[in-house]
Amino acid sequence: MKPSGAQSRKAERLIALVAVTLLLFCPPLIIVVDRLPSLSVGWLPLYLFIAWAVVIGLTAWLMEHRAGR
Amino acid sequence: MRTDPIILGTAFGYLALLFVVAAWGDRRAEQGRSLIGSPTVYALSIAVYCTAWTFYGSVGRAAEHGPSFLLIYLGPTLAMLLAPSVIRKMVRIAARQRITSIADFISARYGKNTTLGALVALMALISITPYIALQLKAITVSHAVLINYPHTADTTLIDERFWMDKSLWIALVLAVFIILFGTRHLDASERHEGMVAAIALESLVKLVAFMAVGIFVVFVMFEGPAALFAEVAATPALMNSMSLDSVPGGATGWVGMLALAFLAFLTLPRQFQVLVVENVDEQHLTRASWLFPLYMLLINLFVIPIALAGLLLGVSAGDPDSFVLTLPLSAGLEGLPLLVFIGGLSAATGMVIVETIALSTMVSNQLVMPLLLRSKRLHLSTKGELAGWLLGIRRIAIVLILLLGYLYHALIGDSYSLVTIGLVSFAGAAQFAPALLIGLYWRGATRQGATLGLIAGFLVWCYTLLLPGFAQSGWLSATLLTEGPWGIAWLMPYGLFGLENWDIYSHSLLWSMLANIGLLVGVSLFTRPSPLEQTQAALFTEAMHPNLQTTSLWRGQTTQGALKELLIRYLGVQTTQRVFRHNGNKHTFVPDETAPPELITRSEQALAGALGSASARVLINSVVRGEALDIEAILSILDTTSQTIEYNRRLEQKSQELAQIGEELRSANERLRELDRLKDEFVAMVSHELRTPLTSIRAFAEILRDSGQLPDEKRKHFLGVIVHESQRLSRLIEEILDLARLESGRLTLNPKPLDLATLARHSINAIAHLHEEHGIALEVTIEADPAMVIGDHDRLEQVIINLLDNAGKFADRQQPKVRLALYRHRRHFRLSVEDNGPGIGIEERERVFEKFHQIQQDGDIPQGRPKGSGLGLPISRGIIAHLGGRLWVEDAKHLGGACLTLELPAAPDDSSGKDSHLIKDDSSA
Repeated sequence: MKPSGAQSRKAERLIALVAVTLLLFCPPLIIVVDRLPSLSVGWLPLYLFIAWAVVIGLTAWLMEHRAGR
Repeated sequence: MRTDPIILGTAFGYLALLFVVAAWGDRRAEQGRSLIGSPTVYALSIAVYCTAWTFYGSVGRAAEHGPSFLLIYLGPTLAMLLAPSVIRKMVRIAARQRITSIADFISARYGKNTTLGALVALMALISITPYIALQLKAITVSHAVLINYPHTADTTLIDERFWMDKSLWIALVLAVFIILFGTRHLDASERHEGMVAAIALESLVKLVAFMAVGIFVVFVMFEGPAALFAEVAATPALMNSMSLDSVPGGATGWVGMLALAFLAFLTLPRQFQVLVVENVDEQHLTRASWLFPLYMLLINLFVIPIALAGLLLGVSAGDPDSFVLTLPLSAGLEGLPLLVFIGGLSAATGMVIVETIALSTMVSNQLVMPLLLRSKRLHLSTKGELAGWLLGIRRIAIVLILLLGYLYHALIGDSYSLVTIGLVSFAGAAQFAPALLIGLYWRGATRQGATLGLIAGFLVWCYTLLLPGFAQSGWLSATLLTEGPWGIAWLMPYGLFGLENWDIYSHSLLWSMLANIGLLVGVSLFTRPSPLEQTQAALFTEAMHPNLQTTSLWRGQTTQGALKELLIRYLGVQTTQRVFRHNGNKHTFVPDETAPPELITRSEQALAGALGSASARVLINSVVRGEALDIEAILSILDTTSQTIEYNRRLEQKSQELAQIGEELRSANERLRELDRLKDEFVAMVSHELRTPLTSIRAFAEILRDSGQLPDEKRKHFLGVIVHESQRLSRLIEEILDLARLESGRLTLNPKPLDLATLARHSINAIAHLHEEHGIALEVTIEADPAMVIGDHDRLEQVIINLLDNAGKFADRQQPKVRLALYRHRRHFRLSVEDNGPGIGIEERERVFEKFHQIQQDGDIPQGRPKGSGLGLPISRGIIAHLGGRLWVEDAKHLGGACLTLELPAAPDDSSGKDSHLIKDDSSA
C-alpha cells in the first residue's frame, strides 16, 4: 500500500505544479510584472525566464527524487 | 570561405555524417545494444520540436512581437508537466495496440474507423506541408544570406532556376535518407532507431550553434549583457519592445498562443512520432518531462539579446529572421556563420525527416492501403507477397510529400514569413486535440462526434487562417479580409461575428475549438457507438488500469493456415514466422487446426504495425468468422480486475484489523492472567486474614471450654478478646463484600447534596475516643464551611473515618499528631488527612491502594501486622471514584508524614438549597 500512497502524493504535487505554472505564465501575473517600473527593456523577459527555470527545477526535483521508485 | 563549394561541401558533408550516425544506430539496434535506450537521447529527440522556425524565426518574432515567441515553448513546458499522466497513457496505448501515427491513434480510438483515419491523415497533409515548405525555405534563405551578404538575399531567389535552388537538392538528399532509414522495416510501429539517433545529434548541433551565436553577440559584440541592455536603454525606440504591448492581441493573444502551443505540441504528427511511436521505455518520460523544457530554455536564452542587438544595429542586420546569421557576418566572421548555417540545416532537416516519416506512414496506412483493400480486384486476384508493395507505397509517399513541400515553397512560400506558416500549421494540427484528448478520458465520445468535430474545426481553421493567407498572397481578393465575403462584415475571416482586434491565431483557435469540441461533445451525446467502438473506447480510457492484460479480444474462428497465408502476403515470410514463433509453447504449426485467440490478436497487432489498425481489422475480418469481444466482455474484464484490486485492498485492511485484534486479545489475555494471579493472591490473603481472628476466637473459646475454673476477670478478658475478634471478622467480611460490590459495579450509593464540613466534624466525633485512647493530637482546619458536594453520607463518613484511623496508626509513636484540613480548590473541595509518621515513598504511593498492601516501614521494629484488613484504602478510593472524585497520597506539608487527600467536585449552586439543610439537620441531629 505504501508505494501507491507515495504515488498519489506525487500525482497531487504534479497537479499543484501545473496549477502554479499556469498561474505564473498567465495574464494576471504577467500583466502585473509587465507594469513594474523599469529601466531598460522591462521585467517581463527576465521574469519569464526565471519563472520558467523555477518550474523546470521543481519538475526535475519532483521527478527525480525518489528516483529509485 | 563563403563560397558555394565550401558551403555546399559542408552541408552535404554534414548530411553524410547523419547517414553514418543513423546507420550506426541501426546496426547497434540489430545487435541489441540500442543507442536510444537513454532518457537523455529521448529528450533530445523530442527537441525536433525546435525547427528552423525556432532557429531563425524566434529572433524574428522577438524583434517584432516582443516576448510572445516564448509562448511557443511555454506551452510544451506545460504539456511536458503532464507527460507522466497524459503522454504516458498515449505511449501505453500505442505500444499495446501497435499504433503507427496520430491518425492511426484517433482512428483506433473510434472503432478502428477507416474514414476517420483518412480524414486525419488528409488534414495533417494539408496543414503540415506548408510547414515542411517552411523548412526548405529556411535552408534556401539562409544559404542565400550566407552567399550574398551584405546584399539582401531575397532578390536572387526569384531569378534562379529551380534546379539551381539548393533546397531542392537538400530535399532530394533527405528523401534518400528517409527512404533508407525510415522505411527499413515494414512495421512502422517498430522504432526507427538510427533515425532517432540522428535526430538527437541534430538537436545537439542546433543547440550548440545557437548558443555560440548568442555568446558571440552578447560577450564579443557587446561586452556582456549589461553593456547590451545599457545601450538598449539609451535607445527610446526599443524601450517597450519586450513588453506585453508588443504581443499581438495583448493578454488575450498571450493566453491563446499558450493554449495553441500546448495543444499543437501534443498533436503535431512529428511530435506524436517521437513522443509516442518512437518511445522505447515509458520511464524515459520522467526524465524528458524536465530535460526537454530545459533544452527549450537554453535554446531561447539568447533570443532576446540577439534580437535587441540586431535592432540596435539597424539596416546592416537586414531581415529580423536572419539576425542569427547576419550579426556574425556583420562582424566580419567566416567560421561562425557557417556553424550557424549548419545549425539551421540541422533544425530544418530534423523536422523534415521526422515529419515526412510520420506523414508517409499516415498516407500509406490511412489513405492508400484502405483504398487498395477496398478494391476487390486487387484484394482477390493478387497472389504472392504484398509486403514489397507496401514499402514501395511508403517510399513513393515520402518522395511525393517532399516534392509537395518543395512546390509549396517554390510557388507560394515567399509570400509568408516563417512564423506565419508555422503558426498556421500549429492551429491546423491543434484540431486533432479534442478527438485525441477527450477520447483519451471520456468513454462516451463517439466516432460521429469526433468526425464532425474534426471537419468543423478544420473548416473554421481553413476559413480563419488558410484563406486569409491566400488573400494576403494575392490569390484571393484582399477585400475578403477588410470587408468580408460579399461585403458581409460579420463574416470577415479575422473578425468572425464581430470579434475584431483579436490576435488572428487566438481568434481562429477560439472559433475552431468551439466548433470542434462543441460538435464532438454534442453529437457524441446523441449517438450510439458501435460495439467495437465501445470496446476500443474502454481500452483507451482504461489504459492505465493496472493488470489490464492484452487479453485476446477475438472470439471468432479461423485456421492457422488461413492466418499464416494472410500474414505472409502482407508482412513477408520472416515477420510471419516471428509472429508464429511467439506462439507460446505450441511450436507445432498445423494448417487445419483452429488458431488460438492469442495468435489472432498477435497477427492483428503485427498487421496493425505495418498497415495501421483500421486496415489490419479489415484483413483479419476477411479470414476470421465471428466477432471480436464486445463491450460487455471487455468491461467485465475491467470490472473483474478492479474487483480483484478492491478485494485485495479489503483483504489487506481485514488482515491489518485482525493483527490489531490479535494484539488486543494477547494483551487482554495477559491482563486476565494477571487478574487470575491477583485473585489467587486475594483469596490466599483473605483466607489468611480470616484465619487470624478465627484462630484467635477458637483458641480463647477452647480455653473457656476446657478450663472450668478460670477467674472471672480472666474469663471476661477472654470473652472481650473473642468479641473484639468477631467484630474484626465481621468488619472484614463487610469490607470484602463492599469490595466485591465495588468491583462488580453493584455498589449502591445514594448521592445527595451534603456538607462535607459537617460530615468531617461528624466523623471526627465518631473517632475521637479512639484517638484519645492512643493520645493522638488532632488538629482540624476547616477553611470551606459549608462545603457542599454530592455524596453518599454513610459511605463518605466511612472513608473519612478510615483516613483518620489510618493516619492515627501511622503517626509517630512518641508524639502522634494528625491534621485534617478541608479547603476549596478551584471548583472542588479537598479534604486532606496528614500524619507525622515516616511518610510514604513515592514508588509506594499508588501501591497503598492495592488490596492487602502493607507499607514497609523501614527502620521500625516489626510490631506485628498493622491493624486493619488492608482493604480500607482500595474501598475508599473506589467510593470516591464512584462519586466523581479522586483520592491520592502526597507529602504532608504541615506534619511531614503522609498526606491522603480526597477531592470531590463542588455541588451545583441550585442543589445547595433545601436538601443541604435536611442533611445538616440530619447530621447535627
